[in-house]
Amino acid sequence: MRNSIKMAILVVIAAGCCAIYLFHDLNGSFDYALPRRAVKVIAMVITGFTIAYATVVFQTITHNRILTPSIMGLDSLYLLLQTLIIFFLGSGHMIAVNKQVNFLVSVAVMIVFALLLYRFLFKKGDQSIYFLLLVGIIIGTFFSSISTFFQVLIDPNEFQIVQDRMFASFNNINSDLVWLSLIIVGVVMIYAWRFVKYLDVLSLGRETAINLGVPYDSIVKKMLIIVAVFISISTALVGPITFFGLIVANLSYQFFKSYKHRILISGAIVMSIIALVGGQWVVERVFTFSTTLSVIINFIGGVYFIYLLLKERNAG
Amino acid sequence: MIQVVSLSKFYGKKAVVEDVSVTIQPRKITSFIGPNGAGKSTLLSMVSRLLDADTGEVLIDKSDAKKMKSNDFAKRVSILKQSNYMNVRLTIRELVSFGRFPYSKGRLTDEDERIVDQSLEYMHLTDMQERYLDELSGGQRQRAFIAMVIAQDTEYILLDEPLNNLDMKHSVQIMKILRRLVDELGKTVVIVLHDINFASVYSDWIVAMKDGKVVKNGPTEEIIQSESLKEIYDMDIPIQKMEGCRICVYFNS
Ligand SMILES: Nc1ncnc2c1ncn2[C@@H]1O[C@H](COP(=O)(O)OP(=O)(O)OP(=O)(O)O)[C@@H](O)[C@H]1O
Ligand SMILES: [Mg+2]
Repeated sequence: MRNSIKMAILVVIAAGCCAIYLFHDLNGSFDYALPRRAVKVIAMVITGFTIAYATVVFQTITHNRILTPSIMGLDSLYLLLQTLIIFFLGSGHMIAVNKQVNFLVSVAVMIVFALLLYRFLFKKGDQSIYFLLLVGIIIGTFFSSISTFFQVLIDPNEFQIVQDRMFASFNNINSDLVWLSLIIVGVVMIYAWRFVKYLDVLSLGRETAINLGVPYDSIVKKMLIIVAVFISISTALVGPITFFGLIVANLSYQFFKSYKHRILISGAIVMSIIALVGGQWVVERVFTFSTTLSVIINFIGGVYFIYLLLKERNAG
Repeated sequence: MIQVVSLSKFYGKKAVVEDVSVTIQPRKITSFIGPNGAGKSTLLSMVSRLLDADTGEVLIDKSDAKKMKSNDFAKRVSILKQSNYMNVRLTIRELVSFGRFPYSKGRLTDEDERIVDQSLEYMHLTDMQERYLDELSGGQRQRAFIAMVIAQDTEYILLDEPLNNLDMKHSVQIMKILRRLVDELGKTVVIVLHDINFASVYSDWIVAMKDGKVVKNGPTEEIIQSESLKEIYDMDIPIQKMEGCRICVYFNS
């Protein structure tokens, strides 16, 4: 099957999922239910887009197909931030209650953290991305430990609020945030688009890429910043969901068997839209909200991850 | 002309390449020879900007290589490394097409396709162009990588042990192709060789390195002499003249 046909089929399925989600059982509620559902669908599309894009790019830069950008420690920073806000300011504080403010604060803190991390590491002249990842893991673990420490001390009622933010959820999405995210992602994509052509060459390895005229180190730095921005946005919008990216990126590699990033990234994006919108519909209609999408994602993702590890081991 | 001016590279305190200055003449094949660990690959990596030098500079036609834009540099200097691992699955043709990236940024024109065809033809790969690299023998893969460098169509071509994995027939074939690139198309080839007989028969100029320094630098006839080779390799190597070629008989020395 040609890749364009595969892509067309996926796009049709994704569009179908969105249509079912929007219109199934609508009962003529065009004014009330439809706009609410539309906001959720857009939120899921943004999440799917950012996570898929960020994961494929991240894996290309690191030449590793079982890493997720979460090892840079952004997810754990987000959770730490939420925990600290509730612990020190209380769940009634403006930053905890007002979603716009919380969103902006979270995104800002995560991006600043990523920039500081890169700045610190790249300034020392050590260009090795693996060193960056190692530091990311250590800092991430450090953040998680502090979060756990404070979570134990938090008042149990307040802890409930922190716990809600520990898992990605599409159930209470703020529509203003969705529009805001859409704008940020749009602007970043306009900037990022010119680098897509380099990704195919980057995947051939550092030396081949430099030989072919790619300003390797500067492109890698820029790509890492774009990854950090996207991860920050999706995390602040719906919660930590980077594990999901691992699944869709690998499904896309397996399904398309191509080295072309235009195809791989588009494929991963469309697949994540199918999984999120379709999955959310199943959660709402079949399980009638008795479980959450992130539980299902983590379950299926976990199984798939083990499969990938076994496959890599057999291959190598 | 490539001018290397007092280039050094240190790992820790150890100088792997130490204050090396050489000039690569245009439209010639210059061979780098020398024992393992002499610093040949390191020098080539610095000239081709894969590795930052600690001191010194590289001038490409009198302009500082460091100041050139990556893409312009890639249109003038290409390098093939000693080992080429790739974790992407590509066919030979796809790999060779990447050689055109500096020109077309991934969107191949008809002209690019023509050059890719020609490079495949040069390397006798036309019949197997749709095969995947991971299904090839080491020598076939090596030829595919050389074809990519040829497709890159640069004035300066640096090759680090390109005869690795190749049988006699293909080694000779590749050296002849390099000779044609120089004599017919006016390219400049810099090549690292371990078989000094290939260096002797095909190159115009030889640079010998040892312990990070250049120990000999001169026209081929001058370097392929028992005394010079003794200095480079610490071996007594008799030299025989056969059919106009100087052959080093090092097998039992
Ligand atoms: N990344 C590195 N870190 C530390 N030492 C290195 C590194 N790369 C190379 N070296 C050392 O530098 C020296 C020169 O290496 P280089 O690869 O340039 O030698 P070479 O002349 O190409 O040898 P060969 O003929 O075996 O390919 C060696 O002693 C090697 O151990
Ligand atoms: Mg070497």
